[in-house]
Amino acid sequence: MSAAVTDHEHDHEHHDHKPSGIKRWLYTTNHKDIGTMYLVFALIMFFIGGAMAMVIRAELFQPGMQFVEPNFFNQMTTVHGLIMVFGAVMPAFTGLANWMIPMMIGAPDMALPRMNNWSFWILPFAFLILLISLFMPGGGPAFGWTFYAPLSTTYSGDSTALFVFSVHIMGISSIMGAINVIVTIFNLRAPGMTWMKMPLFVWTWLITAFLLIMVMPVLAGAVTMVLTDKYFGTSFFDAAGGGDPVLFQHIFWFFGHPEVYIMILPAFGIVSSIVPTFARKPLFGYASMVYATSSIAILSFLVWAHHMFTTGMPVAGALFFMYCTMLIAVPTGVKVFNWVATMWRGAMTFEVPMMFALAFIVLFTIGGFSGLMLAITPADFQYHDTYFVVAHFHYVLVTGAVFSIIAAAYYWLPKWTGFMYDEKLGQWHFWCSLISVNLLFFPMHFVGLAGMPRRIPDYALQFADFNAFISIGGFLFGASQLLFVWLVVKCARGGEKATAQVWEGAEGLEWEVPSPAPYHTFETPPHVK
Amino acid sequence: MALKHQPLTVKLAVIALAMFGFGFALVPLYDVFCDLTGLNGKTATTAATADAAQIDISREVVIEFIARPNKQMPWIFEPEVRRMTVHPGEIHIMNYLAENPTGRFIVGQAVPSVSPGQAALYFHKIECFCFTQQKLDAGKNMLMPLQFYVDPALPSQFSTITLSYTLYDVTNGWTESTAESTQLGE
Repeated sequence: MSAAVTDHEHDHEHHDHKPSGIKRWLYTTNHKDIGTMYLVFALIMFFIGGAMAMVIRAELFQPGMQFVEPNFFNQMTTVHGLIMVFGAVMPAFTGLANWMIPMMIGAPDMALPRMNNWSFWILPFAFLILLISLFMPGGGPAFGWTFYAPLSTTYSGDSTALFVFSVHIMGISSIMGAINVIVTIFNLRAPGMTWMKMPLFVWTWLITAFLLIMVMPVLAGAVTMVLTDKYFGTSFFDAAGGGDPVLFQHIFWFFGHPEVYIMILPAFGIVSSIVPTFARKPLFGYASMVYATSSIAILSFLVWAHHMFTTGMPVAGALFFMYCTMLIAVPTGVKVFNWVATMWRGAMTFEVPMMFALAFIVLFTIGGFSGLMLAITPADFQYHDTYFVVAHFHYVLVTGAVFSIIAAAYYWLPKWTGFMYDEKLGQWHFWCSLISVNLLFFPMHFVGLAGMPRRIPDYALQFADFNAFISIGGFLFGASQLLFVWLVVKCARGGEKATAQVWEGAEGLEWEVPSPAPYHTFETPPHVK
Repeated sequence: MALKHQPLTVKLAVIALAMFGFGFALVPLYDVFCDLTGLNGKTATTAATADAAQIDISREVVIEFIARPNKQMPWIFEPEVRRMTVHPGEIHIMNYLAENPTGRFIVGQAVPSVSPGQAALYFHKIECFCFTQQKLDAGKNMLMPLQFYVDPALPSQFSTITLSYTLYDVTNGWTESTAESTQLGE
């Protein structure tokens, strides 16, 4: 291993002086540059997808039709979902992986740097295609991000082809990114960095990467079948030709359920890094965290049909999927317990990363509980396709995944820029986000239980007050994120100098390199004791 | 450097490709699974033999008939009766009326679905218009027969079975050669 790492050194010495201007970013194979590009791209996508959410909330502010046509409303819900899942959350996690994994395991770079460059640079084109489709005659995709057949096959517009190609490109990008992460972790760990010494962020990303290469190809298959059903006369999902539309849902959710863990496992890793730092205690139950993550990943392949209880299923099938789904609460409970136990009697301080991590633990748990409610088959018949589902998955994805990404950004920003962010402004960002996000998503539980359906641009009068409330929460949450952009820009420009360790209680290889992290780190591998 | 990583990279790429294939393999797997369990309410596409050994007169099952032409299908398509009470094992004949009100020749294919899905395994069709494509000249109509019986082994929790047909326009896939062979068959 050490001989191989020496090879890297020679490689890097040749192109240490990076080209300037746009070429630096176009041609870069440096994991830090690519990580930065992923993160900036994710932030831009977060605001584009967020702008669509603002359109949705503006329309739903009052009952009746106000601002947009129903067809455009459907395009907004569809593309908002696609952009947030594939354009914001997943690239943000990939960006964090690019930046942090090599530094955490003492590697000089990602194992496959050229592929790394490629997997990033195809991504803007995927989303360009998706966004351009909105301007086609007839509009962009309007069938929901889940593109159920026959909505996406029989009843969709011509933008479906663009949608399919853009999902293909996103999938290829994710698969290449995942392969890169796995090869890096398997082959480039510093001497002494054994499996059970790896930071949990690395562990959770390794498992996420395996999920990605298992399920992104299935998604590619599903969109391909939609494409051929729509344009080439196949009948995968068309009953007239012997197909079955329910089959679509099976294939989609075989991808879709592991996908939701792809969007949360790295978040678990982030929180498991932050909580010990600010509690100034080592993580409680490290090994059980690793096993819990693995068992969540395995279980994620056995629960997909809980999205389909209302399609009609024999009792045995419904029971199987219900119990498997509830079983996931066990490893997840282990994780929450371990985080709380880590804080127990710790010397805690409450800087912004810790605040977001704490909010994650509480609010993600709320999202987990509503998930348990949805897992109960007979109850799911009431909750299915209502705002209760919307509340559930926004609690796990916004206050879960997005909060963890924001926490990670604050946590590692001093390492990336060499400057401390503005703590006071950060606290403002945290409290504004925390309050507005709950105004936004918590009442959705109530309107959902009362029967308000999702993805509909109008609603019955009795939901008017709650929806006005929710919309105000939405606008405030959107505005709060502008603070975050200002904070990041300010931190990149300057501020109080950060030390190498940055945080008093931080431990790990990434805190042993200077801040800002030099362009090349660990060209001679560190020895991990 | 690349050589060191090549074996693992290739292995992972093979897994990704295999999973792409697995996505498509789910299609036949799903069909086989549903055939065995009757999960999606699809009935057999071939005729059952009429060896209804005994008729269980102690038990009654209500059969409901639903027929509807697909959105693009202009035929009028209706069952003769909406519901029928049968004893398991009894053979019944049921007619569906089809009429082509348009000015052109149209070929139809009916696709059956049984609800609740698990009862599909116990609903046997000896003869059905859904086994073949049906054709009607402009303005013509016809009765399309269905001969069926309910298996006496039908689990006791089922007291009503709904048989639904959706009729699709398949004129586009209709060629002269298939037309001739069908006419010869008549």
